[in-house]
Amino acid sequence: MTAPAKPADAVRDASPGRAGAIADGVVRSVGPIVLAFLFCGLLLLLLGRDPLAFYGNIVTAGVLRPSGLQDSITRMAPVLLIAAGLVIVFRANLWNLGTDGQFLFAAAMVAGLGPIVLAVVPGPIGWLFLMAVAMAVGAMWTVIPALLKARYGINEIITTMMMTFIGVGVANLLVKGPFKGTTMVPQTAVVPKALMLTDIPGTSIHIGVFVALAVVVIVHLALTRTSFGTRLDVLGANPRAAVHLGIDVQRLTVTAFALSGALIGLAAAVDILGIFGYMRADWNPAYGLKVVPIVFLARLNALAIVPFAIFFSIVSIGGEYAARQASLPSDFILYVVGLILIFMVITQYLSDKRARGERILPRRAAKAAADV
Amino acid sequence: MDGSGPGITSDVGSPALPFAPTGSATAGGSIPAVELIGITKVFPGVIANDHINLAVMPGEVLCLLGENGAGKSTLMSILSGLYRPDEGHIRVAGKDVVIDSPRRGRDLGVGMVYQHLSLIPTLTVLENLMLGTNPGLVLKEKLARVHLEELAKTLGVAVDADAQTGSLSLGQQQHIEIIKALWKGSKVLILDEPTSMLTPQGIAELQSVLVQLKASGLAIIFITHKLHEAVAIGDRIAILRQGKVVGEIGPDVVHSLSPSQLQQRIVATMFGDEAASVADVAELRSDLGRKQATHTFSEAPLLELMDVSAPGVRGQYGISNLSLAVRGGEILGIAGVDGNGQRALAEVIAGQRKASAGEIRLAGSVINHLAVSARQRLGLRYVTDDRLGEGVVRPFAVSMNLVLKRIGDAPFWRRGAIDRTAINATARELIMQFDIRTPTEGTRIGKLSGGNIQKALLARELSFEPKVVVFNKPTHGLDVRTIAMVRERIREMAARGVATIVISTDLDELIDLSDRVAVLFEGQIAGVVENGPGAETRIGELIVGAQAA
Repeated sequence: MTAPAKPADAVRDASPGRAGAIADGVVRSVGPIVLAFLFCGLLLLLLGRDPLAFYGNIVTAGVLRPSGLQDSITRMAPVLLIAAGLVIVFRANLWNLGTDGQFLFAAAMVAGLGPIVLAVVPGPIGWLFLMAVAMAVGAMWTVIPALLKARYGINEIITTMMMTFIGVGVANLLVKGPFKGTTMVPQTAVVPKALMLTDIPGTSIHIGVFVALAVVVIVHLALTRTSFGTRLDVLGANPRAAVHLGIDVQRLTVTAFALSGALIGLAAAVDILGIFGYMRADWNPAYGLKVVPIVFLARLNALAIVPFAIFFSIVSIGGEYAARQASLPSDFILYVVGLILIFMVITQYLSDKRARGERILPRRAAKAAADV
Repeated sequence: MDGSGPGITSDVGSPALPFAPTGSATAGGSIPAVELIGITKVFPGVIANDHINLAVMPGEVLCLLGENGAGKSTLMSILSGLYRPDEGHIRVAGKDVVIDSPRRGRDLGVGMVYQHLSLIPTLTVLENLMLGTNPGLVLKEKLARVHLEELAKTLGVAVDADAQTGSLSLGQQQHIEIIKALWKGSKVLILDEPTSMLTPQGIAELQSVLVQLKASGLAIIFITHKLHEAVAIGDRIAILRQGKVVGEIGPDVVHSLSPSQLQQRIVATMFGDEAASVADVAELRSDLGRKQATHTFSEAPLLELMDVSAPGVRGQYGISNLSLAVRGGEILGIAGVDGNGQRALAEVIAGQRKASAGEIRLAGSVINHLAVSARQRLGLRYVTDDRLGEGVVRPFAVSMNLVLKRIGDAPFWRRGAIDRTAINATARELIMQFDIRTPTEGTRIGKLSGGNIQKALLARELSFEPKVVVFNKPTHGLDVRTIAMVRERIREMAARGVATIVISTDLDELIDLSDRVAVLFEGQIAGVVENGPGAETRIGELIVGAQAA
């Protein structure tokens, strides 16, 4: 009943039923990906590479090889958690663009404290403690911009981004300073593999993936079935109505930001405890900018994040291999992500236009098509 | 009656026009400035316009009269190039044209003034006018200044080119909108409900502007739902109902009937068999009846404000040291020119704005510290005038909007989890009770007409045991039947012992409803007038700032 407040949705109300809406959603979400791949294929041709081989390698390395598939699945965990964190604020039309700072600060804390804590309390209690620390750090790093936004209306886009610079800096100071391990390279001590998050027997998929999936489901339920979710939707759709309706906008803003930061912190804990076991100085996976498009492709629906996160993981795991094989820089895969974003905007525009009952093609082209 | 032009003075309070139209002579033999032929526009589920034929001559005012949702705005959006018609075509000065964008419309000489102002308040008047109309990259300020002066002269108004637009009154801003619409030499000017946000004085000014423009040979299309406006300024009146032109009264007839005859004729065309049922609506009467006190008030006031102050926002007045009291069953009208603290007063009572000083008491207890939702639960309700801006959440369903002031409360939310069945059941009940015309309770509320949105807001605020209700401009921009319904609800509430405050800029409305009328001037109560003979005059004096005797 209260679908996310998208102006595009509001236009087509008379369109029949749920099935139509889902089909439309699939077209809007998958269309851009297909277009981006076509366009990238052209680019590869221009560069003298075989696009089919390139995409084939992505599939081979990302899905078909058992180790690739497992890597793809484990890569999903932080992506899912960050996306869940971002959905919460984005639905309220609040912009947490400080993912990287929150993530790295929390990661540094976990990597620094992990070896010490897990040596004393290994197992679930130690993990939970470290996750709690990470969540607290992530939340803390969003609360400052949140309070500035809630109390003084200061633009959170700027403040969260600025907090990222500081967060990244603090993380590096920690890794190079108090948390520096005994090695020559600036990095933290390493959590022994045995103390890291348990893998599913026979695979390299750690249990953090399940934590992430559970969190996504919980976030989805909270957003669609609770009064908290309704309040966020109201704030997102019409902030003045939120005031008129008696929603405590300041508290809601701070809560949403804190939850968002906490989940991003949790993503860091899962990544460090599940995959890396330590943190190098200047390490930055820059999830922030990569996850934002996923959240929008999923149209701010937490459950819809899952397929996109899988897809993203496959493309990044498989893409690294494919780029290497095609002797292209591994950054090439970022072009694909960028193109998906651009085509997403175009698809959205065309689809809105269609919903208004206008021609998608220019007049002359439509006429030519009709004449055929 | 011919030749001299029948007195176009309306007996419903519109000022006399200094210009007598020349009857049928205006239309004689010339080519229409604009002609709509067989225009049809279908939206999913609604035929907004159904084979509409209309024409307007140069130097003529065509009044497009119709209730909310009759298709007036769609038609004008087609004419201005915002929408494309599904069928039919448009002729400008006798030539078939395709208006496929507002820019094309402007180039063809069709200027549009929308109901809501589109000027940028932080820019100066001149900057606003040059925005989007300046040829090339370099701002041609001198040229623009001269052009502005010429146009201001055509309108017969004085315009300060360097004034910050936001600092002007709404009436003055509307003059700028008109000048902007005429900037590129328009031949047709469309005004969509132009009086809906103006004070009586602003309306009088607008009317004299229109007379000036008419004399300069411009064709004007004036969209309104207020009958007396159509009677006062229309040369030709077209009545739209459910997407069709159900009646057109040509200049010959318009100018040969007396205003009251014309009015009767329009009512008969608009409402057909139902004409009798709306006969009692103030908008359609020429003699305003006075409210008869038929019930008694509670002894102790239900709502009291004692020396309350609150800051204003965006250049509007706040309120300072304002005191008032409303007893149960009483209707207190708040009169005054818009921007004199009305919104601050309403929001301070509702809890949306903090009082910086003073005490607010609800049924005897101080509620200053309570937030909006707590006051709402205690029975203090606020029907906002900004229905779309803050009243509803447009993309949400009607049902959801009906319970939004109770987010998290049983029975709609149980232990935090939403119960859609309960929400829908309550919504269906309220939809019936308040006669909200909506396809289903799940329809997005933004799709409803203004009148139905207001009904939904009333349903939300007046259900769940109200004690004190503040209505801010409750009938502003509504059609006559909805106006009648809203006023009936207000009277009903009061009769049931609810303490009622009606804030309105429409003096007729306040006289129609109130027991007492307090006049707000620069954030303070300039005086309180018991409703009775001579009250209008006294209130009128206070409105413009005369000291209380």
